[in-house]
Amino acid sequence: MKEIEGKVKFVGMMAIVLLLMCCFAIATHAAELNIPATVTAGSGLTIPSSGSGNATLYVVGPGTAIKRTVQLGQEIQLSAAELQNAGRYVVSLDGNNASFFVVAGPVQSIAFLARPSRVPADTPNVITGTAFVFDKYQNLVLQPQPVTFELTADGQTVSRTETTKNGVAFAKLDSSRKEGAAQFVASSGSASVRRVVQEVASDPCSIRMTAVRDKNGILARTDPIHDCAGNPVPDGTIVTFTSTDAQGKSTVDARIKQGIAQAELPASNDATISVASGVVVGNEIQWRGAQ
Amino acid sequence: MKRILPIVIIVLTVVLIAMATIQPNSLSPATSPDGAVRALFDHVKARDYKGAFAYVANSGDMDEQAFAGDLAGRDGSLRTYSALQQADTRVLHATDDQALVRATLEYATAVGAFYDTRDLKVVKQGDRWKVDWPVVKEPKVPPQVIQENYLRWDVITRGSNDDWGAQDVEAPRVRIISMNAIPQGPNTIIVGEIENEDTVPGFVSVGATLVGKNGDVLGEETSFDKISHTLLPKEISPFRIDFPKVPLSTVKSVRMTPTSVLVPASADPVIGVLHQRVETDARGRHVLKGELMNESGVTVNIPHVLATYYDAAGKVIWVSDGYVDNALLPETPVPFAVDLRDDLASKVHNYRVTVNEYMLQQGE
Repeated sequence: MKEIEGKVKFVGMMAIVLLLMCCFAIATHAAELNIPATVTAGSGLTIPSSGSGNATLYVVGPGTAIKRTVQLGQEIQLSAAELQNAGRYVVSLDGNNASFFVVAGPVQSIAFLARPSRVPADTPNVITGTAFVFDKYQNLVLQPQPVTFELTADGQTVSRTETTKNGVAFAKLDSSRKEGAAQFVASSGSASVRRVVQEVASDPCSIRMTAVRDKNGILARTDPIHDCAGNPVPDGTIVTFTSTDAQGKSTVDARIKQGIAQAELPASNDATISVASGVVVGNEIQWRGAQ
Repeated sequence: MKRILPIVIIVLTVVLIAMATIQPNSLSPATSPDGAVRALFDHVKARDYKGAFAYVANSGDMDEQAFAGDLAGRDGSLRTYSALQQADTRVLHATDDQALVRATLEYATAVGAFYDTRDLKVVKQGDRWKVDWPVVKEPKVPPQVIQENYLRWDVITRGSNDDWGAQDVEAPRVRIISMNAIPQGPNTIIVGEIENEDTVPGFVSVGATLVGKNGDVLGEETSFDKISHTLLPKEISPFRIDFPKVPLSTVKSVRMTPTSVLVPASADPVIGVLHQRVETDARGRHVLKGELMNESGVTVNIPHVLATYYDAAGKVIWVSDGYVDNALLPETPVPFAVDLRDDLASKVHNYRVTVNEYMLQQGE
């Protein structure tokens, strides 16, 4: 019996609490500030007010804290400069509270990450571009935006448009068959950023050399050295010439210049001359004195 | 008495002035073969090349300047930055009028002690022993024009005003292509090779950490100068990292840390390594000898030779290095020799020599 009485009391108390909450909600609604749910960054805001006399307005948002005495019954202006940072703002006026969101404006700038800065030519999915879109106040634009990635190399342009998600868009592109400095551009709206991706030749595909007698010994010289896609291997790449004869082994680490490498090897009547660059080995010449 | 005191003072003054003026004769004649060699090098130690030249028997065959250049170095070579610290002599054989004396010389240089061994012929002229100094013909490069197409890499790096998304040029891609931990008495030596796989030059360095059986760090070292730090595209450099007093038996694993930085660099000069062969020197030690040939038109002041030794399986089993104390003039061969561990000599199946160059003034 006591248990039933306890339950009845509990239900009665809950009903009273609910009634009070409804009354509070009705009272609050009656004094609610008329503020839009979202405002574009940098566009300013007008808040209508009712009543008379002075009141204190508080606005708190990302990087913003405003305290101002306002005249009730007049419109309250929040300037564009006061609402630049995107995020949630809370307004308090005369004991009434409300909140709204400042959202980013149109895309004005892009932070563009292009990786890597050097890639081997003729390689699929090797260039990555990631674009972060911002408005003029450096707010990340979270609304989906189209971003166009363009990679121009050797007069040919590869283009791809991606839509941002949470302010970020990315694309993976192939490097072109021909080596050179590729222009990688990300653009959205009026914003555009350019990066340079150096597309470089890969390892030599093959090395072929010839040898001739010269005044100081033997002059060994390669044909133009290319990678397997036909790109010239960059100047400065080391090419090692080796001559082995009865006097020992002679090596010259020559550099490719203007597409070829050459080295002077000591004179010999019977030598084996070989050439290599990195792990790629070229042809071998059996040098006889009469050559 | 009044006159005696001034006279005494005057006489004393004259005596003191005479004592100060007349120096003892330091060029005392050598009465033994090794005495002549010692006396010569004592003067060299004091940088008194004129005095040293007085002990040269064949002074008519060479001039004092060439003699001084042979001992003091020339063309900004390592020898010009060195000082003779010690000269030990030993008579190899002697007769009444000539002898062969071995001089073991130790120079102090900026890169550590430098040793030179010379077998000098000593002859008796009258009652004096003098050194028959070997005439070294100073290399002369004939006047000529050597055409060079200088190749250089310059780097534009990210500026402080660039936005945070602006990419910087990346460091070159390098890879350790071989590594071998070998014991040397109570020491552990890490040898191997590193390759610049990229198309741009890099300043590379290799560090190693020895981890013990309990996971504790036994030591951390770097290759220091036992590596070619500046690697051009596709260039391979040996490296050697010494861990003194860390026995290999206590090592569980080795952590290697190759690092590379993109640097401006020049592709020149090209140095040929000619007539490489392994021989035994006068003391019976194995050495790798050869000649360095500067194929460019600028002088290389201080050459540094790095030799990599491979076994029959192509594995790196040792790396040795040595500085050459002569400058490399264009188109002029200069001999070099680097040591090879005698206990490894029989295992060496192949070897490769690379050269670092240090230049006081770039010819650009």
